[in-house]
Amino acid sequence: MNEPVLHLRGLTRRFGAKVAVDDVTLDIPSGQMVGIIGPSGAGKSTLLRMVNRLLAPSAGSIRFGELEVTALSGRALRDWRTRCAMIFQQFNLIPRLDVLTNVLMGRLNHRPVLTSLLGLFSAAERAMALQALERFDLADVALVRAGRISGGQQQRVAICRALLQEPRLMLADEPVASLDPRNAKVVMDALRRINREDGLTVLCNLHDLDVARDYCDRIVAMREGRIVFDGRPDTLTEARVRGIYGADHGAGTEPALT
Amino acid sequence: MTPPFETAWQIRRRARLLAGLGWGGVLLACLLLSAWVSEAYPAALLAGLPRVGEYFAKLVPTLHWATLFGGTKAEGSLAYWFYRLDSWAWLLFETSQMAALATLGGAVGGLLLCFPAAANLAPNRAVYLLCRRLLELFRSVPDLVYALILVWAFGVGPLAGILAIGLHTVGATGKLFAEVVENADMQPWEGVRAAGGTWLHGVRFAILPQVLPNFLSYTLLRFEINVRGATVIGFVGAGGIGQELYQVISFNYYEEISAIVLLIVLVVAAIDLASERLRGWAAGQGTP
Ligand SMILES: Nc1ncnc2c1ncn2[C@@H]1O[C@H](COP(=O)(O)OP(=O)(O)O)[C@@H](O)[C@H]1O
Ligand SMILES: [Mg+2]
Repeated sequence: MNEPVLHLRGLTRRFGAKVAVDDVTLDIPSGQMVGIIGPSGAGKSTLLRMVNRLLAPSAGSIRFGELEVTALSGRALRDWRTRCAMIFQQFNLIPRLDVLTNVLMGRLNHRPVLTSLLGLFSAAERAMALQALERFDLADVALVRAGRISGGQQQRVAICRALLQEPRLMLADEPVASLDPRNAKVVMDALRRINREDGLTVLCNLHDLDVARDYCDRIVAMREGRIVFDGRPDTLTEARVRGIYGADHGAGTEPALT
Repeated sequence: MTPPFETAWQIRRRARLLAGLGWGGVLLACLLLSAWVSEAYPAALLAGLPRVGEYFAKLVPTLHWATLFGGTKAEGSLAYWFYRLDSWAWLLFETSQMAALATLGGAVGGLLLCFPAAANLAPNRAVYLLCRRLLELFRSVPDLVYALILVWAFGVGPLAGILAIGLHTVGATGKLFAEVVENADMQPWEGVRAAGGTWLHGVRFAILPQVLPNFLSYTLLRFEINVRGATVIGFVGAGGIGQELYQVISFNYYEEISAIVLLIVLVVAAIDLASERLRGWAAGQGTP
């Protein structure tokens, strides 16, 4: 395939004296579904936020093919954010607006500022939103306020919003940490679908090792800001897991919740 | 031998007691000083009280049962007391319109300034400080002072009053709005920005729907305050019922004073009641 690769080179982020992400170098080819695991505070969220540029790196670079992401600002930065959609643990929808409008937020950067500020979207865009909602069994809640639907539904609405951005990359920060196992499965299935069917690269922070093993092509483990494992799920042995989560992490126990 | 903890505790308690006494003393001294500066002596208060009573006695209109519901020519009738009701009603209407326009204009100004003046949204520290200071500037000058200046610039009339109250309202509402914005949930904001939305998109879609009910509530509260403000701003020639009230007070037309004051109280109370109802409704809109 000829799609651009996401290159992270020596990526570092400090908060005061604390080094949250420490010299991370990674190459992520197009179309991969990557799970980032690691104990709470390992720097997973910080890493994803830097890729979307919600956080500025302290050092290092992010490149997407030929595009130097770290140098972007203004319009170009917003274009980049549109291309790498983000999913959050708390969904980050607008609870007081209806589901359809929430999904249409993914189109903001595709419209002239004035019409988008007035909330004017084209019929084609509404159809696009409805199609996305239908795809994830949400068409019947399209006009319900986003704050009124269940967490599992909200996260799928967030995925629809992300899809309307027509992104190349999907970043998901603990997308199922606030959901019960059944809803978690529905949401993870949705993420895998967009990875398989739409060919999107998915970068997904997960605290649940089993979920990561079940869904991801590749697992990257972080500890104290550094990458301590990078490989296929079947090469992540019990001994290596202990190394990631610390010695007291026995077989069968869940890693600490983030 | 007392244990070290007990000794430490005793020392701390004594220190606190001393500090309390010290600050209490400072406060008392300040109070006495300000009383002395403003000549607020108990003797003056006692001497003045009867005169307040006298003034009120003069304000009471002479009404006669026999002619109470007579026409405007019948002395002792209600109509005689309120003989200029038509022009007063118009002036009261003008006053409430001044308050409404000034509140609306001022709140729009506050709305524009409150987002860059909120620490969580300000694009940078300089913009934040600039907008905060600007709001303080608007707020720190009383509307009566603005009115004095504006009457000089625009001439006697309601325009000066509207502008004066409006300017003060920009600062008063803007500060309250900014504080509401600072308490807003930032997750929707992050969602909109992460999707490639601009700062304005974030304000419009992520913040505004959350804060609007509160903004409405504060604007109505300000409207109630501004109605009161508009009734006295006429004293300096800035239009409305105040201008009339000032005249009848300076000419000692006692019965007209009481008639106008009564009308003001009635109108202000009615507006307060209506606005309170609306605020209750707005608060109900606040839940998602
Ligand atoms: N905004 C922030 N300010 C200060 N420290 C932060 C901030 N965000 C994260 N950190 C710190 O950076 C480290 C990594 O955090 P995070 O990326 O959230 O880890 P994870 O998502 O793996 O749990 C933690 O020690 C956290 O305390
Ligand atoms: Mg995290």
